[in-house]
Amino acid sequence: MSRLITITINDKPYQVEPNQTIMQAADKLGFHIPRLCYHPKLSIEGACRVCIVEVEGMKNYVASCAFPVSDGMKIRTNTQALRTARRDIIELILDNHPQDCHTCERDGNCELQRLAASMGIRARHFEGERKRYEKDLSSEAVIRDPEKCILCGRCVRMCSEIQQVHNLTQAHRGFHTVVMPAYNMPMGESVCTACGQCINVCPTAAFLEKNYTQELFEKLNDPNLVKVVQFAPSVRAAIGEAFGLEPGLNMEGQLIASLRKLGFDYVFDTQFAADLTIMEEASEFLERLQSGGVLPMITSCSSAWMKCLEQFYPDLIPNVSTCKSPMSMQGAVTKTYFAKKKKIDPRKILSVAVMCCTAKKYEAARPELMFDGMRGVDIVVTTREAAWMIKSAGIDLVNIQPEEPDHPLGISSGAGAIFGATGGVMEAAIRTAYELYTGETLVDIEVEAVRGLKGIKEGSIVMDGKEIRVAVAHGLGNACRLLERVRQDPSRYHFIEIMGCPGGCVGGGGQPYAQINSIPLDDENLRKRAQALYDLDKAKTIRRSHDNPDVQKLYKEFLQSPLSPVSHQYLHTHYKAKTPVGIIPRNERTLSGDSK
Amino acid sequence: MTQNQTEKLQAIREAMQAARNDAHPESHLIGILHKVQEVFGYLPREMMDEVAQTLEIPTAHIWGVATFYHYFNLEPIGRHVVSVCMGTACYVKGAASVLETLKKELGVEVGKTTSDGLFTLQEARCLGACGIAPVMMIDEKIYGQLDSKKTVDIINQYRKAAAEEKSAVGAETRRGKP
Repeated sequence: MSRLITITINDKPYQVEPNQTIMQAADKLGFHIPRLCYHPKLSIEGACRVCIVEVEGMKNYVASCAFPVSDGMKIRTNTQALRTARRDIIELILDNHPQDCHTCERDGNCELQRLAASMGIRARHFEGERKRYEKDLSSEAVIRDPEKCILCGRCVRMCSEIQQVHNLTQAHRGFHTVVMPAYNMPMGESVCTACGQCINVCPTAAFLEKNYTQELFEKLNDPNLVKVVQFAPSVRAAIGEAFGLEPGLNMEGQLIASLRKLGFDYVFDTQFAADLTIMEEASEFLERLQSGGVLPMITSCSSAWMKCLEQFYPDLIPNVSTCKSPMSMQGAVTKTYFAKKKKIDPRKILSVAVMCCTAKKYEAARPELMFDGMRGVDIVVTTREAAWMIKSAGIDLVNIQPEEPDHPLGISSGAGAIFGATGGVMEAAIRTAYELYTGETLVDIEVEAVRGLKGIKEGSIVMDGKEIRVAVAHGLGNACRLLERVRQDPSRYHFIEIMGCPGGCVGGGGQPYAQINSIPLDDENLRKRAQALYDLDKAKTIRRSHDNPDVQKLYKEFLQSPLSPVSHQYLHTHYKAKTPVGIIPRNERTLSGDSK
Repeated sequence: MTQNQTEKLQAIREAMQAARNDAHPESHLIGILHKVQEVFGYLPREMMDEVAQTLEIPTAHIWGVATFYHYFNLEPIGRHVVSVCMGTACYVKGAASVLETLKKELGVEVGKTTSDGLFTLQEARCLGACGIAPVMMIDEKIYGQLDSKKTVDIINQYRKAAAEEKSAVGAETRRGKP
């Protein structure tokens, strides 16, 4: 540990570590300096100037996010002059900002609004020029609205530093600066992977998911449709936050009851299809392993990762599992097996998915996933959209009596639940693959090596004397770093799990916005959401996908066996190389920074 | 593409290969974009893509740089660049009306190129010829003490020269026929 130094904040002395910024030191001492463009996971931009403080001896105020502490430094964070300067900075941002809070989707959830309130801005002193730009509605998943943008640059840094997609830039200069993809390409034609992390970190509404709530309300009122809904593991672990509850509460039963009240005839659980995915994926892995197929096999559940693969790693397409994602498998068995069982015309089924993800909107529209001329999933709404619909319909999710999912696509194992956390798919696959391969029971089913928030995790299990090396990456930047290892040494791993979002699906682009006193993608929050899923797993008597009785029944009555022709027809897909404008080669040099 | 352009493009590609081997290829980006503009008069997308691929710099980043600097043209420019000085001295002497005259005469807004590809209209900040304000610069040549009539006359001279050149080339082509 380096020697402590003395600084004073607001006339009181404190001993602090050197080699940190004023903001970091102040945070630890309990002084929360207001901030906007700063995010602890991103590089320091120092663009917004909201975090200015007074440092004795300095001519101007300094940005505390970027300025290091030094011995004897005298800092003031709350003088009257500083308060005025900070208020003016926020006022100047507000003056070019649309004055439409009351009709804005982020009303009540907007960092700029919160800052303005905390600065005590109660009148508008300036009338600035307004920015006028068209919304970019071209993407299936992510809407870009430059009028709402305040140029903090968090989205640009998220897209390039954490996700390494490099889709966004700040183009032009000064007042005319606009965040956009290369060549001002529409988002739908750009290299955007639809992961939605730009939405998560945006302080305003400059990025939003494409909203399907109105369309869904309309269809819920259509008496000719059979309304079926599924919801992802991570939705139950996070939706409570949108209702003011603390992070990490499992709201599964309350969510099921609320969805029924919204008007759904059948509420199924995507965790059922997660078990189904494991049956197919573990079988595919074992087949590759035993017949000398392409290894390492890479998971295919994450839709943002699918687009990333097709754009940046077309050479690894043969490595990726042909399994559809759990959402798409659930959609497929809903419109085939379930429809047949209930004697419903599948074309009369409205198949809806509540997802923690924005990229699932893109996935649902992929033509490769269609079967019998139908989409498996007709409408995807995010956790945020679902929370809004539940509130809008006057349903009290917090106090509602919990309910159980419907049959036959509702029962799930603990393995299906942990799909939502990074490493969960690998752990679930190991539980099943081990037992299918060895015919023995896996005693220690909790695979600690693949749990937690480390960017790239490695582990191994021994099956019948054979060592199986596995790796897990979450966030597309980490995924790219891991895949570079694979390119350099294809025999290093046998099986790889990749999730496009930090923390896995619990950190998805469609999850509730950071609440007051929290920040987007806070590690502690991600851990709590993941813990809710691990606790759910622990509490279940069935913890292995192949023990799920309804999955077994589905194979017996419809699919025959994993990888059967019927399974292939409905549960598997293919990928093809895509090269939208903006692609650059991936290699060690272009992947800047270390794994986070 | 002319012989000269082909040679210059070859030189750019060599410069890009050298930059690629540098520890910091991105530090060569602006220099290389300058060279591209020298050859093409603007930054064609295909060239920005090629720079991105060769230097392994994200295309979005190149777009950010290309749009940040006013010097870089993102669209093909006309044969003659007309820059109207909007500096203080020219402004008080009526530069705004010179600019209006040009917009009307050429039928384009600032930053745009006429449909015949002959002129690109631009604004400039002080060209250093305040003594003969208001001024405009066409390519490298300064024209001072402008009024509406004089401005139109000068534009017409360029048009006439272009038309004569065209008919001369035409005549030459006709003579060349068997």
